[in-house]
Amino acid sequence: MTNQSQSVMRLGSLSWEEEKSARRDDKRILRRFLRNRPAVFSLITLAVIVVLTIGAPLFQRYGYEQIDLRARSVLPNGDHWLGTDRVGRDVWSRLLNGGQVSLVVGFGATLVSTLIGTVLGALSGYYRGWVDMVIMRFTDVFMTFPSIIIMLTLAAMLPRSVWTIVFIIGALSWTGTARMVRSQVLSIRELDYILACRALGYSDKRIIVVHILPNVFGSLVALVTFAIGSAILTEAGLSFLGLGVPPPTPSWGNMLEAARNLDILRNVPWMWIPPAVMLVLTVLAVNFIGDGVRDAVDPRMVI
Amino acid sequence: MQKYILRRIVISIPVFLAITVIIYGLIEIAPGDITDYFIRPELNMTNEAEDEIRARFGLDQPVTVRYFNWLVNILHGDLGYRFTNGQPVGSTIAQRLSATILLAGTALVIGAIVGVSLGIFTALHQYSKWDFLLTGVSFLGISIPAFVAGIIALYIFSIKLGWFPSGGMRPVDREPTLITSIQHLALPALVLSLAPIANFMRYTRFSMLEVIRADYVRTARGKGVPENRITWRHSFPNALLPVITLLGLSLPLLVVGAVFTETIFSWPGMGTLYLEAVNGRDVPLLMGMNLVIALVVLAANLLTDIAYGLADPRIRYD
Repeated sequence: MTNQSQSVMRLGSLSWEEEKSARRDDKRILRRFLRNRPAVFSLITLAVIVVLTIGAPLFQRYGYEQIDLRARSVLPNGDHWLGTDRVGRDVWSRLLNGGQVSLVVGFGATLVSTLIGTVLGALSGYYRGWVDMVIMRFTDVFMTFPSIIIMLTLAAMLPRSVWTIVFIIGALSWTGTARMVRSQVLSIRELDYILACRALGYSDKRIIVVHILPNVFGSLVALVTFAIGSAILTEAGLSFLGLGVPPPTPSWGNMLEAARNLDILRNVPWMWIPPAVMLVLTVLAVNFIGDGVRDAVDPRMVI
Repeated sequence: MQKYILRRIVISIPVFLAITVIIYGLIEIAPGDITDYFIRPELNMTNEAEDEIRARFGLDQPVTVRYFNWLVNILHGDLGYRFTNGQPVGSTIAQRLSATILLAGTALVIGAIVGVSLGIFTALHQYSKWDFLLTGVSFLGISIPAFVAGIIALYIFSIKLGWFPSGGMRPVDREPTLITSIQHLALPALVLSLAPIANFMRYTRFSMLEVIRADYVRTARGKGVPENRITWRHSFPNALLPVITLLGLSLPLLVVGAVFTETIFSWPGMGTLYLEAVNGRDVPLLMGMNLVIALVVLAANLLTDIAYGLADPRIRYD
């Protein structure tokens, strides 16, 4: 049972019938999503990518750090499916393990940014007044400045690791979430059941966490999906510039970095085409899923 | 109107100050300071010597004092000197800024013209084959990052087909002429314009679709105005209004795109300079560039608001 229906039951403001219709709504959303063919196809693609990357050890014949100096820059063949790089590491296995890093950063950074954005947005929308004023001006400043510039500065200053990248991307990508949560909370807080909560003497924290936020999450799903795609791209971008995930750990971004070398770009295309394809495929899939989710949750948005 | 412009400028001042605090704070919380540049492991430097260096650069003072000194300096136009080679930060940035303005400006012009044209075309032919095709391609355009598009373009058009030089701003072996300059500019500018084209197209299409369903367009059609005139005199100017906002909003995107495009095409602009600064831990240069970027973005937002106010008489200024 979801948080939402628990809070509904505890409040008793909705009848049993109405709760059943809420659950039927959930089913209708799912059915609308499943009717969206590009979104479903993307979901399958993404699932395949996730399985391949998480189960990387099952699908690879060589370790991703295993150097073989006798097999440098080998063309794709039956043994090395995508060939090898300049020190003889298997590109296929680096691609799968690099995908792990990209997905971890994508999901991790989105978790961080959603957390920050939800807290700031909820405070802003619930308390209004000067709290709202301060938080929203703060958000404006962050929205004005291209965040990748700050990310580059931070990436240069902080110790380099996957978790630093997760933190940097998460800490600078929350503005959209904060605005969205704020606008939702602003309207929900005026509803009658919140008034009932206040009359019952619930604390602000309990009202926000238990009674308001569960109702915000529905509209947040699409935003979160897009955020994952953009975090994956940001990681790849930082790594491409040599400021992201430090080698020898592979990520799609730092595999692409090899293409900055004109010689590799020209003569060893199997080193950079696979990560480019995977990156675009993953982000396209995530964006299509986001579109599908948004249309399913809020059919009025269909153009 | 003047009052409105003045107020918008006044509102920008606290935002600018907040940005300077962030820029300064970022550098301040980073581990290490200028003494790292003078430490030679073989010299075995004492703590006193380190403190002396700190005092010489004013680092022994509290952070607020240093922030205000820095702020006063930048307001006088003094951005300090680079750590790595001692050259003034201001003139270094000025040199590189012109190259980026050339690249990003070309990309923005291409993006706006091509994007708006395609947007109007697809809106007028909604649900046609072309509409589906172009909308699909634009979805691809906003999903493919600049660095992937840049690598692919470089591989296909410079290396495989040999149509364009593979990087830089001018040929190494000859005097630059107008033709060589355009050859060098074309590919990076086209790559950088992909995202703006997609954005302008989606935005214009949406806005045009809304306008051509408006009552006054139906009225115009009802009283027999020719279809061409309805499109260009009645719909187009109104559809273009929200697109003005996109001009200002595109700037941060162009800055980001420029970092990648310049890196791939070895374009000697702000993007490559920023990476030099980051990789060399050149703190004064980093702060200077952050400041310039913030100012440019703020100015663009301001101009966008004012332009929007001028273009749309329905906007009220009180």
